[in-house]
Amino acid sequence: MDLTLDHFAKEVGGVDDGPVTCVGGRTAWSVGGPLVGSPREVRAPSGIVEYEPAEMVVRVRAGTPVAEVAAALAVGGQEVPSLLSCLPHVADNSATVGGVLAVGRSGLRRLRYGPVRDTVLEAKVVLASGRLVKAGGPVVKNVSGYDLGRLMVGSLGTLGFIAEVVLRASPVPAVSQWFRSPSSDPFEARDRLFRPSSILWDGSSTWVLLEGHAADVAAERSALTGGWDEVEGPPPLPTGGVRSLRPSELRSLTGDGFVAEVGVGTVHTSSPVEAVAPSDPMVVSLNGKVKDAFDPRGRMNPGRRP
Amino acid sequence: MTLAGELAVALSPDRVEDGSLALALYARDASVIEGAAGVVCFPTSTAEVQAAVRIARRHGRAIVPRGSGTGLAGGAVPVTDNLDRPPVVIVTTKMDRILSIDVEDRVAWVEPGVLNLDLSRATSADGLHFAPDPSSQQSCSIGGNVANNSGGPHCLLYGVTSAHVLAVEVVLPDGSVAVLGGLDADPPGYDLRGAFVGSEGTMGIATRIAVRLTPNPPAVRTLLADFVTVEAAAATVSGIIAAGIVPAALEMMDAEITRAVEDYVHAGFPRDAAAILLVEVDGLADGVEAAASSVSSIALAFGARSVRVAADAAERALLWKGRKSAFGAIARIAPNYYLHDAVVPRTKLVAVLEQVYDIARRHDLVMMNVFHAGDGNLHPLIVFDRRVPGTMERVYAAGTEIIEACVAAGGVLSGEHGIGLEKRDYMHLIFSDDDLDAQALLREVFDPSHACNPLKVLPGGSRCGDLQGSFVPPEGAWI
Repeated sequence: MDLTLDHFAKEVGGVDDGPVTCVGGRTAWSVGGPLVGSPREVRAPSGIVEYEPAEMVVRVRAGTPVAEVAAALAVGGQEVPSLLSCLPHVADNSATVGGVLAVGRSGLRRLRYGPVRDTVLEAKVVLASGRLVKAGGPVVKNVSGYDLGRLMVGSLGTLGFIAEVVLRASPVPAVSQWFRSPSSDPFEARDRLFRPSSILWDGSSTWVLLEGHAADVAAERSALTGGWDEVEGPPPLPTGGVRSLRPSELRSLTGDGFVAEVGVGTVHTSSPVEAVAPSDPMVVSLNGKVKDAFDPRGRMNPGRRP
Repeated sequence: MTLAGELAVALSPDRVEDGSLALALYARDASVIEGAAGVVCFPTSTAEVQAAVRIARRHGRAIVPRGSGTGLAGGAVPVTDNLDRPPVVIVTTKMDRILSIDVEDRVAWVEPGVLNLDLSRATSADGLHFAPDPSSQQSCSIGGNVANNSGGPHCLLYGVTSAHVLAVEVVLPDGSVAVLGGLDADPPGYDLRGAFVGSEGTMGIATRIAVRLTPNPPAVRTLLADFVTVEAAAATVSGIIAAGIVPAALEMMDAEITRAVEDYVHAGFPRDAAAILLVEVDGLADGVEAAASSVSSIALAFGARSVRVAADAAERALLWKGRKSAFGAIARIAPNYYLHDAVVPRTKLVAVLEQVYDIARRHDLVMMNVFHAGDGNLHPLIVFDRRVPGTMERVYAAGTEIIEACVAAGGVLSGEHGIGLEKRDYMHLIFSDDDLDAQALLREVFDPSHACNPLKVLPGGSRCGDLQGSFVPPEGAWI
């Protein structure tokens, strides 16, 4: 038995059976709407449990700041790109691993490295009953049972509180360089590049992140048309809200007040974005049944809507 | 009306079969387990799948979804605890249309019966492919890939099926339809798409699937390194990963399988090697050259006898043909094989392999190893003749010990074949009762009456905590 995780489970389930909320770094606290009923606050344990560079996986408590994970993995020449890619330009360094996973945001290099949900190999979660359950395993490939870990990513802690995860890491690329063009077509840029890490577009300027072998980055840079300058990093992201579109729908965006992740479909907007519910009534019904099954009394993060 | 009669009216008489030949064929998949099918039907649309599910349920039958039947864990074997009412097998092979290919969004909508390789062939003119590539990719269906969260050699870099499925239209076990996931970046609600992928046909039947398409790499290098010891080959695997190189694929074959394959396909594999590694790096030209050169030096530093780089696409194709023909090759050695599938931490590969060979020796079995070394995904392959009395007992005993050794090393039960029936009763080795209860909660949201692919994945009465020492097939199943 792991005393730290056991203690967290008791904090969630062993004190009372009233409403409870899990606090991370509060960097995305407003996502999913306000909490109702002043739930009792708990915090997931913190710390890196195990990191073996040759395995390219890291076991970490959910309350660990992502910056701490980044620093530990940097020693092994590795990173978890979708978790850490915002740093240091846009994210607050106090964001925690569990918080990022619960919110399900994937950072700016998703175009190449995929969404953050794909990095979770194993998850230990405290359910509403106070029971600590494990899903998945500490290896990079696994189909042993149902993927409860994926269900938790983006669930805003409404099904359970993530206590510990094993994440897949990858080598830090040799070269990582942002470029900016004041007028180039971001969609054409995407067609010309093989595996860009990020393409951002604010309605006029385009930013591209190229990573990998130095000669490849140079070759990709010269494949781009128009004028491109090396820049320090991406633009500041508007913090009003986030929209989720299909990549091709980004073409219809007009005006300003947004930064779009080209090829991904995520749009960061300066104005607030109204919450969207699933449009398929059967999916709405399944969502409700999942919530009722895992949290029949509705005590986990009451009020939040993923 | 009879069950078969109703199905024939709802579908078409020529797409419903209950003759003894059909029932015998569909009582099995590619595993060694045999069940019993009640009726077999072949719908061609979502509406027909709904009708088949509703009719089966009205007749008190369980439903068993099935794609190409290439699964190795018994996931498509029809079993039920009600022997008088064997399940309706719903086969998706006639739902085999590619519905759309969207080059800008890099998404294809396909029906579940589309064969894995056929999709990559259809998208190759657009410079795209479907990344999961199981060895059975010429015959396995994408619906089956979704059910089993299938892998393949190139999943080392590109990830398993779950990372390539954006949305799934599902006929639920009550006959209703839901579209899980979506094509936008982060669809609202819980990730039910992620929960459905890998659920082995226990949460419903996928009738349309939106898969992500991956750009074909501009440059590819395939290397063949040969070794005089298995340990040196395994150490090279760790060395490559430790050097910060993630190849697209990193495959290992031991002496026995290398010889068998070479005699079968003449891929140019060294017949006297103790082990060979097949390493593929892809991406942009300079990075690929640099990685290929590093891989080559690492292999030589760890004692490779030679490293050969495929000179052209034809040689590369031949090397891969060798790797993917392993099962054709072993058919020449003995009539039966039992292919295991377990994952261990990459740093434990050498130690676990030694145990696996030792287990085979103790049970006097012919054992070959051909596997995804970069992922730590072992595939011990036991070759035997089941007609020899006592053989199956030894095969099962060895299988149990292999699984226990992998779990003891910190591994998991399956990397890509799934749990199905084969490993259901081993789930207690890696999960507690509470863990399994939580999994059962999710399953019951989708299938509260346990009508969809019953008795698979979760041990029967997982809440009782009964631990089975070795695989015991459910009543009504035959080995």
